[in-house]
Parts: sequence; structure tokens; C-alpha cells
Amino acid sequence: MTVDAVAGRPARGGFVRRLGRNRTALIGLIMLSGAIIMAVFAAWLAPYDPYASQTVSIGQIYQPPSPQHPFGTDDAGEDVLSNFIYGSRVSLTVGFFASFISIAIGGVIGISSGYLGGRTENVLMRFTDIMLVIPELPLAIVLVALTKPSLLNIIFVIGVLGWTSTARLVRAQTLSVKERKFVTRARAIGASDRYIVSRHILVLVLPLLVANTVLVISLAVLNESTLSFLGLSDPTVVSWGQMLNYALSRGAMSTGAWWALVAPGLGIVWVVLGCTLLGHGLERILNPRLDSHHLGSTAGMVAPAAERHPPAQPVR
Amino acid sequence: MSDAPHPVVLEVEGLTVEFQQTDLPMVRAVVDVDFTLREGQVLGLVGESGCGKTTLALSLLRLLPGNGRIVGGRVGYLGRDLLDLSENEMTAIRWRHIAMVFQGAMNALNPVRTVGDQIAEAIRRHLPRVSSQEMDGMVRRLLDTVGINPARRNNYPHQYSGGMRQRAVIAMALACTPTILIADEPTTALDVMIQAQILRLLMELKAKLGLALILVTHDLGVVAEMCDHVLVMYGGVVAEVGTVEDIFNQPRHPYTQALLKAFPDISRPAERMEAIPGTPPRLDPPPPGCRFADRCSAVMPRCRVDEPPEYIVRPGHRARCYLVEGG
Amino acid sequence: MLREGQGRGFDGRGYLAPGYEFVSRPGTLPMAGAKDRVRRTRPQLSGRASFLVRRLAWAVFTVAFVIVLNFFLFRVLPGDPARAGVRDPRLTAEAVEAIRVRFGLDKPVINCFESLNPLRLGSCLVNPMETQFFRYVANLLRGDLGLSYHTNRPVNVMLGEALGNTLLLIGLGQILAIVFGVGLGVIAAWKARTRMDYSALLFSLVVWSLPTFWLGILLLFWGSRVGLPIGGMYTYGATFDSPLEALADLLRHLFLPTLTFTLVFLGEYMLLMRSTLVEVLSEDFILTAKAKGLSTFQILKDHALRNAMLPMITIIAINLGFTVAGAIQIETVFSWPGLGGAIYRAVERRDYPMLQGAFLLIAVTVILANFLADVLYAQLDPRVRAE
Repeated sequence: MTVDAVAGRPARGGFVRRLGRNRTALIGLIMLSGAIIMAVFAAWLAPYDPYASQTVSIGQIYQPPSPQHPFGTDDAGEDVLSNFIYGSRVSLTVGFFASFISIAIGGVIGISSGYLGGRTENVLMRFTDIMLVIPELPLAIVLVALTKPSLLNIIFVIGVLGWTSTARLVRAQTLSVKERKFVTRARAIGASDRYIVSRHILVLVLPLLVANTVLVISLAVLNESTLSFLGLSDPTVVSWGQMLNYALSRGAMSTGAWWALVAPGLGIVWVVLGCTLLGHGLERILNPRLDSHHLGSTAGMVAPAAERHPPAQPVR
Repeated sequence: MSDAPHPVVLEVEGLTVEFQQTDLPMVRAVVDVDFTLREGQVLGLVGESGCGKTTLALSLLRLLPGNGRIVGGRVGYLGRDLLDLSENEMTAIRWRHIAMVFQGAMNALNPVRTVGDQIAEAIRRHLPRVSSQEMDGMVRRLLDTVGINPARRNNYPHQYSGGMRQRAVIAMALACTPTILIADEPTTALDVMIQAQILRLLMELKAKLGLALILVTHDLGVVAEMCDHVLVMYGGVVAEVGTVEDIFNQPRHPYTQALLKAFPDISRPAERMEAIPGTPPRLDPPPPGCRFADRCSAVMPRCRVDEPPEYIVRPGHRARCYLVEGG
Repeated sequence: MLREGQGRGFDGRGYLAPGYEFVSRPGTLPMAGAKDRVRRTRPQLSGRASFLVRRLAWAVFTVAFVIVLNFFLFRVLPGDPARAGVRDPRLTAEAVEAIRVRFGLDKPVINCFESLNPLRLGSCLVNPMETQFFRYVANLLRGDLGLSYHTNRPVNVMLGEALGNTLLLIGLGQILAIVFGVGLGVIAAWKARTRMDYSALLFSLVVWSLPTFWLGILLLFWGSRVGLPIGGMYTYGATFDSPLEALADLLRHLFLPTLTFTLVFLGEYMLLMRSTLVEVLSEDFILTAKAKGLSTFQILKDHALRNAMLPMITIIAINLGFTVAGAIQIETVFSWPGLGGAIYRAVERRDYPMLQGAFLLIAVTVILANFLADVLYAQLDPRVRAE
């Protein structure tokens, strides 16, 4: 007797309809799309080109926002808005590619350990446990510090360290699907493992995987910004974390140049929050939980006496 | 049974319960239910899954989930309408006067507290003047009554077997010597030997303590064995109500008759079991007319238009079917 | 009750004697009287002890794994440690060689592994005790983490100083975050699906999406406008007349980093507590408690919270990995002389022994904390405890 069983099923309806109804997911999707559009059309949107060489005079450093520079200028006299727009490219690129790596690794490990079971599962899960315990950021720092700073390295490092949540999720889902009758029946009629996995298990794992992917992307973007803030990213590329690094270490604080400190951070928050909202929204849609429990408000449980005993009673 | 009727302990009139589901129409899970319960009697609440019997039981104690609402009727206990009480006043009634053993009692106990502790908690709540020494004695006696070694009161629920947990929950329900015990499917998910044990226990308790029992079940065998009165529910309404002899020997509602036919009779092993064709009705909104019309073998055109009222077959025996009209 | 048998393993009445158990062979049933159907119960560790032994073994294994990983990372990845340690490119080859000998880098890395020889790692003809790996582990067991390339001071001493500072920062911040986060989480769970709950959820999600270092920067910016110190642990070069003054100075420096730390983890703990508690509150025994006539407060206190804290403790411990990540960022922004700051400075200066030592210390701390969480869990959850 679960609360759900007695209280009724949640709203049904097609996936797209439910997506439309879920405001959180929609807002997240809009935010993320906005960031992607900005990244793709950076060349058209940015008033200046951050990669063009410029000569700069002292007077142009840390200028407050003005019509020529809506976000002001930074420590090198460059337009913060343009840097901001171009910076989105790095964050999104690294975010997406690193998470592809994470999802691929996590997905394979999850399905293998869930489906194959036995010793394979044991070994893989132990390995996952080790990865979980080793702190991610220090290891990422060590790995990037020992190799040359480049976007490829960062993508690789973040990707290779970020697959544990995916692996666990996929494994759990694989296990639950494996137990279902239609899998047993498929095996009974002689279906090969590959067939079962690709036709049945993947289909049921994919939706949850998508929700997880979005969350992994948000973590990857956060990690990228942290690593570039710590000076471990490619110095020739503009990225939000790096903008903050320069701003902090080159006197934005003492100059009071809040625009140089706020703008890049807002960019990061925009992308991460968008992913987070979308991810949580998707998860809610796929796994609708009622979130109601036994200690909810009892105020409305009994209708007032007037309603319960309407004056005209049919006589039997 | 003595000739004088036992005093009435619970009088339910016109009880109606609604559920509001998000984005779906409202469901009337229980509609206009009447019954009377007397001291020392066992009332069986029978019906298929989803017919509203659990909802009915929960609403007697006002334990419905968040989206449930009691929108009509009266639950008379000791002369007062329980539905008029404030939540605070209701907490004093719960367990002390009316206790409940839930479906799936295995999970009714908190896994991180000892069984004895949880039983004592009930006592402490309602009988605050009991000393801890007395309380320990009461806990031990309660466990003994249900056939559990009192020395095990400091064990955790996971250290008990399924049947033991069921019995422990019954012991806990009796901790404050309630007047009424509601048992929701107390034997489902237990094996047959334990089932028999539990049922025997309940009968003993009824005899010893004068307990009034509401037994919610879908097992007609249990009903025949234990109940004095039977209330058959279908689709949220009372299909038929009467004494156990009335129901088993002279069922007047087609659903009751079909139920009886669907149940294997050990004295007639060669007879075929007949399943009831169709599926339970959707209640959001309910079909017009009688809720059983689609599955009824004796359906008439009138049945699909207006819902039949409860007709009296004999004193104490009512059925909601047009076939009974006129006697 | 059936009489089960006679003879060895059975008592006078025919029931199974204490200390014995049935042995079932596949395909057969234990039959009364069969004398090869019983055996003495093998002594076993109680449930809790065996759980802890397993977790301890796992922790030790993980530490060993990290030690090996740590060693090889710094040898296998490109970049000659010797040259990296000495930033002056005018060094002659002899000087470089002398440095290599000094730091033991002239010895083979490990024994054998001929197939890895393209990396010139080792040769089987070498005494295993001479290899770098062995020397590394031997030093490690003595607590010697080498000398910092930058300051030439022992790494373990420098890390020891840093560790204390980090614990001060993390400890205070975590306690505050847990207290407030759990408190808010309880309220949010109780009032689930109401407006209060949804706004708390939104707040947590937003805070979670802020990069830790950026939050630190914002607070630092605000702080600098308000007269709070912009970094460090003490005012540089200041002398204090009394310990109270020194404490006041410390607190002024501690305020912003701790505030950042608390905010970052507050949202997370709130979310965790809320979802855990909502799950617990939908369990059947909560409905039973309600049916017993207990008040909401009583149910929360005596039933729900006890059950919800169990997974919370585990998750808080696992979170320690993230705590470290947060500490690195906060210490960098606020120039706090802790472990995180040490890692950052070691990276900047390519001070490999420091980097290696700091990473090892951090990893071992997290593993240890996880193990302690297991111990705590075993203590609290009766399902794990001994019968």
C-alpha cells in the first residue's frame, strides 16, 4: 500500500506534452539554447574580435560599461562583451565533448556490468568505487598540470573523470530491465546478447541517460571553468574561467571593475543553471514522483459539516 | 450469541470520499456507504482490488493521502461524529479507540527501532500515567498474547519473520485495548499456515476482549470463516450488505453471486470456476447508472440510465440492484 | 514441530542442538536421523564486525591504489621532473645529473616491465630495493614525502601546516552548512509541494549552479568594499597585544571564506535532506505512526529523522571529495594558506613533490573519511549490527 497507489497515478500524456507542461525543463532548454546560439553566432554577435591584435592605451584598461563597451573593458583594454560572447564557445565545446566521453565510458561500463553480471560486474563496480572516492578536482589538476595546457587535454581529463554517476545510473536501469519478463522471453527464443541490448535495454536506458547527460554537461562546464580559472587551460583561447582568473590577478578588485568580475561568472551560471533546470525537469518527466508523503497537510481532508450534510437528503 | 443485540460501536452513514488527481478529473472512490458495527462482531469488507474498501477503512480514521477528501456523511462513534473533530482531537481517538492493522504489515514497523519500543510508544501516547515498569509488563503480555516470545521485545523488526511481524503489528494495535480493530488484508502475502494462525488469533482476541473487528479482504473463504456481517463493495458503492448467512446463502446482487461463483468451493471440486468478465470500472467519471452494468449477466436497459438505490431484501439485508425491487 | 533427528547434533528431544546447523546438499532434503546432515556451525564474525573488516580492507586497497597511481602519474607523464624542478635553463648537463642523483631520479623506476622499456622504466637485473618505486613507498611509510622544489623544506612539514588551516576553514563551514542545510531540508520536506518548498528548491538549484570560485570572488568584492580583509589568514606583518586580538583578526579573515563555503554546501545539503526525508516520510511505518495518534512533530523526531539521517551521513561523507574541490577554489580566491592553496601554488610553480604529496594527502583523507562514515553507519543502523 504505497501512497502512490492510493492517491492515484500522476498525469499521463505524451512526452512532448509533458515537456511542455514542465516549466523547469522548458526554462532550462531556453537558457541552454540561448547560450548555444550565442556561441555559434559569436562572430556576428560580438562587436569586436578578441583574437584580432589590437594596440591598447593605458586609458582603455578597466573602463566601466559605456555605449562602445556595454560590458566595459578588461585588464588588457579589450571589450568584455566580445570576450564574453566568444568565451561561451570554449565552455560549451569543452562541456559537450567532455560529457560525450563521460557518457560513453559510463554507459559502456554501466551496461556491461549490469547485463553481464558476475565477475565483470564485480570488477567494474569496484573500479567505479575507487573512482568515486578519489577526489576529482585534485586529480584533474594533477593530470592537466603534468601535461601541456590545451583544450584537448582538458576535454580528455574532465571526460575521463566524470563518468561515475552515469555508470551507476545505467547499471541500475540495466539491472531492472534485465529482470523483466520480455528479456527472459527474448533469450528463450534465442536472441543474441547484442540484439537484446540494442533493441530492448538501450531503449529503456536511453531516456534516463539523456537526463543524466544534461547534468553531466553542467558538471563538465563547471569543471572547465574551474580549471581555466586555476590557470590550467589554453592561454591562447578566451574562456570565462580564464577571464575571471585575469580579472582577479590583475587588479579588477582594487580598481572596482565589477563588470570584469560579474560578466564571465554570469555566463557560467547561465549555462550551468540552464543545464541543471533542464536535467532536473527531464528527470521529473521520466520518473514522475509524487513527492507527497504521509505527513502532508490534513486541513482539507474532511469537508465542513455544511458540505457533508446538505439540507435536502433523498429519502430511501 | 446472546439474544440482546450488542451495543452499536460504529455507525457510518452516507460516507463519500473523493480524490483529486493532478490534471485528471476528480474520482469518487467511495460513495454513500452505510453500515453499523456492534461490539464483539466481525464485519467483512469484501470486493476486488480498487473497489474502495481500503479507502473506506482509511477514512474511518481520517488517514487519507493528501489528495483525498471526505465530502459527505457521518462516522458515528460513541455518539459523536468523528468527522466533526479537529485533527488534534482525532489523534486522541486513533489507536486508543479505533486501531488499524495495515495491508503489508511487514513494513508497518520502523526498521531502526526495536519492536518493544514501538509498542511502548503507543502506550505512552495514550496512557501517559503508566509507569515504565508497568509498560514493560504490558509489552511482554501483549507479545505473549500473539504468540511471540516476550524476551524478543528488544529485537529489531528485521530479526522477526514475516508472520511474526504481522503478529507484532497486531499486538501493537491492541496495546491500548481499542474498541474497534480494522484489519486490512491481514493475511495477504503470508503463507497458508501463518494465515490460519493469524485468523485464529483474531477470533480468540474477539472472544476474549469483546473487540469489534472490521476485516477488509478479498478472500471469501476468510469471510465465511470469521465474519458475522458482510459488506460487498463494487466500484466505490455498497453492492450488498447483510449477515454472512444472507450473503452466502441468498445473495441478491449479481456481483455477489458472481463473486461466490468465482470462488472455488472445496465441497464441490468438480464445479467450474467462473471468472467475472470485464475489468473494474473507471471512476473518473463513473459510468452512468449502475456501476456493475457492463459486467452484469442480468443487466437491463434501466441499469445503464439510473444508479439503483439500496433496496431492502430483509431486515439487515440490503442490495443495490433493480432485481430486488419489489421483493 | 517435527522431530528432526537423533544422534550427534541433536538434543534429547530430537531437535537441532545449539551450535549445529543443517547441511543441505543440492537435490536432497535434510531427513530425520540422517547423521551426515548436520555440522557444527562455523564460527563467523558478527554482522557488524564482518562489515567493518570488509570496508577496512577496501579502504586499505584503495589507498594502495592511490599510492601507486600517484607514483606513476608523476613518472609516466611527459616532462622531466629534474629539469622541471630547476627552472634555470643555463644549468649544465652535469648539474642536472647531480640533481637527478640527489633526488634519486637516476635509479630505475620499477623492476622488470621490460615491455615498458621504451619509456625506460626498468630492468630486471636491478635490485628491486633500489628502484624509485620501492624507495618512494619506503619513504612514504616513514612519512617522508620528499623536499619541495620551491622552498627545499620537507613536504610533510609544509603540508602539515597547510592541513591545519584547511581543517579550520572546512570544519566550520561544513558544520554550519550541515546544520542549516539539514534544517532547511527538513522544513522543505515537511512542507513538500507548497510554495515554500518550491522556492527553497529553486534557491538550492541556483546556488548549486554558481561556480564556487565565482561566489568567492563576488563575496570578496563586496567584502573589500565593506572593509573586510581581501585575503590571507592573518593581517600580514601585524603584531597583536593579546590572544583575543589575534582571534578577532583571524575571525575577520575567516568570515568571507567560511560564508562562501557554507553557502555552496547549504543548497546541496538542503536538497539531499529534502529528498531523503520525503522518501522516508512516504514509508508505511510513518502512516502507522500517524495512525497511532502521534503528532507530526513526534513522528518527525522519533521516526523520520532517525531513518533519514542514516543515508545522509553516508552522503555527507562521500561529499568530502567535493568539499576538497570547494576548498581548493576558495583557498585560491581568498589566498588562504591551506591544502587547497598549496596545490594551487604547487601547480603554478611546478613544484612536483608538493603536488604529489598534496594530492596523496587529500586522497587519503577522503578515503579515510569514507571509512569513518562506514563505521558510523554500522554503529547507527541496527540492520548492520551484530545479532
